[in-house]
Amino acid sequence: MKYQPIIGMEVHVELSTNSKMFCGCSADFFGVAPNTHVCPVCLGMPGTLPVINQKAVEYTIMTGLALNCQIQPHNVFARKNYFYPDLPKGYQISQYELPLCLNGYVDIETEESDTPKRIRVRRAHLEEDTGKLTHVNNHSLVDLNRAGVPLLEIVTEADIHSADEAYAYVTKLRQLVRYLGVSSGDMEKGAMRCEVNLSLTDPETGEWGTKVEVKNLNSFRSVRNAIAYEIERQTKVLSKGGTIDQVTMGWDENRAITFLQRTKEGDTGYRYFPEPDLPPLDLDPAWIEEIKTGLPELPDAKMARYTGDFELTQKEALVLVEDRSIAEYYESVVAVAGDAKGVTPKLVSNWVSGELFRLLGESGRNIADVEIKPARLVALIELVNANTINQPAAKKVFGVMFKSGRPPQEIVEELGLQQISDEDQLVSIARQVIADHPDPVEQFKAGKETVINFLVGQIMRVTRGKANPQLAEQALRELLQS
Amino acid sequence: MELYTLTIHQAQEKLRYGETTSVELTESVLERIAQVEDKVGAYISVQEDLALQMARFADERRATGEDNPLLGIPLGIKDAIITGGVPTTAGSRILEGYIPPFDAATVARLRQAGAVFIGKTNTDEFTMGGSTEYSAYCLTRNPWDLTRVPGGSSGGSAAAVAADEALGALGTDTGGSIRQPASFCSVVGLKPTYGRVSRYGAIAHGSSLDQIGPLAKDVEDAAILLGGIAGHDPLDATSLNAPVPDYVVEMKRGDGLKGLKVGVPTEYFVEGMEPGVKTAIRAAIDKLADLGAEVVDVSLPHTQYGIAVYYMIVTAEASANLSRYDGVRYGLRQDGVDMWDTFRQTRETGFGPEVKRRIMLGTYALSAGYYDAYYLKAQQVRTLLRRDFEQAFEQVDVMVAPTVPGVAFEIGEKGDDPLQMYLIDVLTVMLNLAGVCGISVPCGFSEGMPVGLQIIGPALGESGILRAAYQYEQVTAWHKQKPGIG
Repeated sequence: MKYQPIIGMEVHVELSTNSKMFCGCSADFFGVAPNTHVCPVCLGMPGTLPVINQKAVEYTIMTGLALNCQIQPHNVFARKNYFYPDLPKGYQISQYELPLCLNGYVDIETEESDTPKRIRVRRAHLEEDTGKLTHVNNHSLVDLNRAGVPLLEIVTEADIHSADEAYAYVTKLRQLVRYLGVSSGDMEKGAMRCEVNLSLTDPETGEWGTKVEVKNLNSFRSVRNAIAYEIERQTKVLSKGGTIDQVTMGWDENRAITFLQRTKEGDTGYRYFPEPDLPPLDLDPAWIEEIKTGLPELPDAKMARYTGDFELTQKEALVLVEDRSIAEYYESVVAVAGDAKGVTPKLVSNWVSGELFRLLGESGRNIADVEIKPARLVALIELVNANTINQPAAKKVFGVMFKSGRPPQEIVEELGLQQISDEDQLVSIARQVIADHPDPVEQFKAGKETVINFLVGQIMRVTRGKANPQLAEQALRELLQS
Repeated sequence: MELYTLTIHQAQEKLRYGETTSVELTESVLERIAQVEDKVGAYISVQEDLALQMARFADERRATGEDNPLLGIPLGIKDAIITGGVPTTAGSRILEGYIPPFDAATVARLRQAGAVFIGKTNTDEFTMGGSTEYSAYCLTRNPWDLTRVPGGSSGGSAAAVAADEALGALGTDTGGSIRQPASFCSVVGLKPTYGRVSRYGAIAHGSSLDQIGPLAKDVEDAAILLGGIAGHDPLDATSLNAPVPDYVVEMKRGDGLKGLKVGVPTEYFVEGMEPGVKTAIRAAIDKLADLGAEVVDVSLPHTQYGIAVYYMIVTAEASANLSRYDGVRYGLRQDGVDMWDTFRQTRETGFGPEVKRRIMLGTYALSAGYYDAYYLKAQQVRTLLRRDFEQAFEQVDVMVAPTVPGVAFEIGEKGDDPLQMYLIDVLTVMLNLAGVCGISVPCGFSEGMPVGLQIIGPALGESGILRAAYQYEQVTAWHKQKPGIG
């Protein structure tokens, strides 16, 4: 029997503010010596008090707006009480009844359908992260550098129905937070952490099965694999007439299996109540409006513009939009090109997602380090358009530009890559090629049209790639037909 | 005359005119401590060397021409307030040996002003109590009768000031912990408006109720100390961003109490009030009228719910505030067989019975299924109580009532009956719930034990209550009477 998976996701996003959520300590904890980015406040020392980091609130509002959420003007922080050595105060300051963002959605692309699928976002709220425990032999070491780092929790409705959709959702989420610049979104560094609530629905009765929570999903791959594994596991149990317990499972990346972490006790034990150390946070609507106005153009809007105004295909647009800095570079080139010069958005797209991506990939460099000024890439394309150089030469020039950032004209001259477009010169070379290759010439004359490519190739060889291929072919045809 | 008997403003005058030095003043106070401390037990710890060092530094500062009302003045600091580099226990075993790495905002301000810190005064464990008997360290006795309690939880501060073991002191007040011991020990105690004084560095008990305030020998000293600690603090999100007036100037304004409208909340003259207390309070109210105040009856109709609401909220907040004492980072650690057992053993050993009782009460009130009926309901009634005060202050400038319905009781008398102990707070907790300010001033004796008059003001109405208290003090001599110890 085929069951329908019903999946809801909770994603924790570490916000990349300079300081922590409630104190002035640096929020940068990755690769830092243990317990060095700490102070009395984030160590939970007696007598200390929290003060809200306004930047974190701003980042949350930005994300909420990007997720099409309603931003709540009246906000209350709450204490979530539980004991654990990585939680210095014995409670986490979070939001409970009144979160910052409510009722949004994200549209994701799926393999099954051409139209995007909508995943509803139930809420997004701001809280503080816990510290980190390292288990050594029989002991646990506590590092509180991460304790108090602002954390955004984004909760979806149970709108996800497959591992691929979950994968597409978290990928989209990462793209959004990166576009907004509110988080690195690096799952491998713990800047994004996923929890999945999954149950299987019986297609005949339509009844929802028991919800199982899967934690420790620390990479995109593990999100997909863990869900796929858990669907299979539960299907097997149910097919044999078994029942699913309400439990929390962990994901073992190495063995690629889920394992029982703990039996569910529910959130009844957290004793949430409004944080008395922080007055309610009432947001000025003008501030929310200001943040809204300042939002960058988001991927969905970019896609629409690229496929519309720029006449790119869905596929072409997708690769450019993927990363905000790539898209920005692309757009700066398009902007310099303007309308007049015959350097179309499509041509620019070919160069950016072709040669540029290839060289970035080979060199391991980042788009931010690319030294090719937009105007110079435009100039290169113009050289091709004007037949000053041919395509292979242009690639060669681009390679030099990528390394040095130098203007293309200079490189063309230095390497002597100007195309041979002088017809007399090409005719005399063509004559020599025809004389040197009597057999192919015979074949052509007998009607084997494709042989012309071989002969053009010979002209390119003799000119070391500099001949204008169209003019070379024209010269050959004229000589062969006369 | 011994220097230790001076008030802050008297001492200040002598220091200013070079008649004495901070070192002499501090030595005098330390000698007094040596004389009477074994009887009174006001301090958990005394930092003699540090105090003398601070006194020398204050004298050096004065020699350069510096002057301010607290420069060189020896003070006691309640041990529930964080003092950088000096052990701070909150009266609890769980913080034994803990030396904090920073100052409370109030302590930092006093340090900046050049005050001298004598020692850390005794308190009920985590300020939870009304007799200072719940301290894990020592027993504090009432200087007026050593068989009686000094009140609490700032009993150490009140006793120290009453016994001349400090010129003034800081206390904390969550439900009456400054005013009640002030009443029991015949000193002045002021609970500021919630947010008037930074809570940063006050070891949290009930976060929405806690305030740090002064205990002093007279009203002027209380005004000086309040001026020294009040003001906005960016490290406390609940602190108020309002200018701090010169309280000493403000309280001396006006001709007697002409033009002042004084309300007497009828509900505060509760059943079971000691007759001697009632007599003293009535006489004090007559004195205010003599000074020109217009006295009218007012009503605070939700008063009867005060104690229930208070204990619901304060224990809920405390149950979370005390979760940080887990033995992982500081203070006591009692190793168990595993992590959970270590938590359990540490808290089992470190906390006393009253603290455990309150953690259990608060945890229960916040539990799922009970939250709406207890904590949420209490918050709703708290809003009503707050409104009572707002409406009353539309009619009057200040209100007066007893601070406590009785006088200091015998040591051990109520220790076994927590409910009796809770009921002592009946007239003080309302102010904390409403967030308003109040002061207790000595107003007589009942059967030989001091009685305090509570003067209540609206939010940020400190100048008004200080004025009423100061004028009252000018025409009475209760504050000049000293207990006969040592």
